[in-house]
Amino acid sequence: MGFGVTGLRGDAAVVGIAEWPTERKYTGARSFQIEQWAQLAAEALADAGIDSSEVNGLVTSDLRESKDFVPATIAEYCGWEVNFAERVDIGGASPVGAVWRAAAAIELGLCDVVVCAVPSRPRPRPTVTKGPRQDWGAMGASSMEWGSPQAEFDIPHGNVAQNAGYAMIAQRYASEFGWDERALAKIAADQRRSANMTPGAVFRDVPITIDDVLASKVVADPIHVLEIVMPCNGGSAVVVTSRERAARSNHRPAFVKGFGERLAYKTHSYAADMIRTPIAHAADQAFTMAGVSRADVDACQLYDCYTITVLLSIEDAGFCKKGEGIEFVNGHDLSWEGDFPMNTNGGQLGFGQPGAAGGMIHITEAVRQIQGRAGDRQLGQADTMFVSGNGGIISEQTALVLQGG
Amino acid sequence: MQPAPITPMPTPTSQPFWDALAEGRVDIQRCGQCESWVYYPRARCPQCLSDQLNWTTISGEGNVYTFTVARQPTTPAFSEVENPIIAVVELDEGVRVTTSLEGVAPADVRVGMRVGPVFAPADDGMWLLRHQPI
Repeated sequence: MGFGVTGLRGDAAVVGIAEWPTERKYTGARSFQIEQWAQLAAEALADAGIDSSEVNGLVTSDLRESKDFVPATIAEYCGWEVNFAERVDIGGASPVGAVWRAAAAIELGLCDVVVCAVPSRPRPRPTVTKGPRQDWGAMGASSMEWGSPQAEFDIPHGNVAQNAGYAMIAQRYASEFGWDERALAKIAADQRRSANMTPGAVFRDVPITIDDVLASKVVADPIHVLEIVMPCNGGSAVVVTSRERAARSNHRPAFVKGFGERLAYKTHSYAADMIRTPIAHAADQAFTMAGVSRADVDACQLYDCYTITVLLSIEDAGFCKKGEGIEFVNGHDLSWEGDFPMNTNGGQLGFGQPGAAGGMIHITEAVRQIQGRAGDRQLGQADTMFVSGNGGIISEQTALVLQGG
Repeated sequence: MQPAPITPMPTPTSQPFWDALAEGRVDIQRCGQCESWVYYPRARCPQCLSDQLNWTTISGEGNVYTFTVARQPTTPAFSEVENPIIAVVELDEGVRVTTSLEGVAPADVRVGMRVGPVFAPADDGMWLLRHQPI
């Protein structure tokens, strides 16, 4: 389908954000995810200058305390009655998915203040232990249920969790376009320079070089451990509102001008083409909707669970030609002060991956830059941001074009 | 021989696939309406949603589409295997299967390498479809 006709006016905006520092070991007081959700919401609303009584929409992902009825559980807990409630289930692509759903609902007139939050701090330890815990979730299997294709045909061969999957995608890329491990390592090293400028980043005080990345352990050929995100705790949230309400909020609005979402498969073995990724479709839609070109983008915030994800996203989102990503990376400084600023808070490789909130740190950073609140790493020109989301093994991807008003 | 990490549990739909492996054959489905080959086994064709799927014996041969060497075990059972090779093989019929490779050193695996089926015993009388160079 073409993208010529859309109903988006670009009248909904992110106006407030909340973000907790990423940490490898959480030392603070523990709380349930429902409590964390409410706390993030309160912080993001306060940042926006919007009262809790004005909230009439929410978008969430999973909640550890409730398998089903998640949006209603949150609404009840926060004391909201909402006209729009969504639970988004596209992995790391969910936060971008949450923001565009909020914007679409606002433009339809369903609601005008929507909170999207992703808590990811540890919960209190149970005082009563139940029976043995099914441990497959911890290994990255989304389903071990009878009748699940993944359980029956993929996991028996050890094709489970992320490392092996992304490594196979990288290996396929190498066979088609060649490989330069220094270029891939450079993505992590350039981003680390931005992380070193970012308060709250787990690697704020730890610089790395390309050689450090290449000297780190190979986890699954050809991927080194320093090309993989560090799992952390943390949490992030945003408030999305209408143009009218945004005008009376605390900060410069970051308008949602375009978005896209594309789901292509569950397990990469069954991708039509493992290295031509769904972001291509999502990005084309987002840019067409926004009416801006790639050249108009001041910075990219690209989902970066692995360096290979970044390489493929630069190519497939259209910032260089297919197969020329390695040359592009080698030819540009990707840090906040470079000529292709990307993941200006260090991305998840440098800031840390706070669980399901990983995808949200790209959105909060884009908003922070647009609002001129990025501190020492503030870009000189920060009006138009491209944000990507990615879930599973590059199986579900989302795109967002944000513009300052 | 690699130990089977997790024994698959056949379903009524997939049972013929697993039965064939136990008898040393690779049987996959082909759509009677649009003639597409289908893998993994399904109740309906993923090209046209027809339920006219017929089991057909194939060679099980194909080419390595991609692979990795899981130097860090992905499942506890794989922790007994040194550097298991997880792969995706494109069968000659055009469909891709998740598999694992035997009879080849990690350094010698190549994308595009020709491979054939290995019928590998697993627990509970099950057999897994693995691959090796031919």
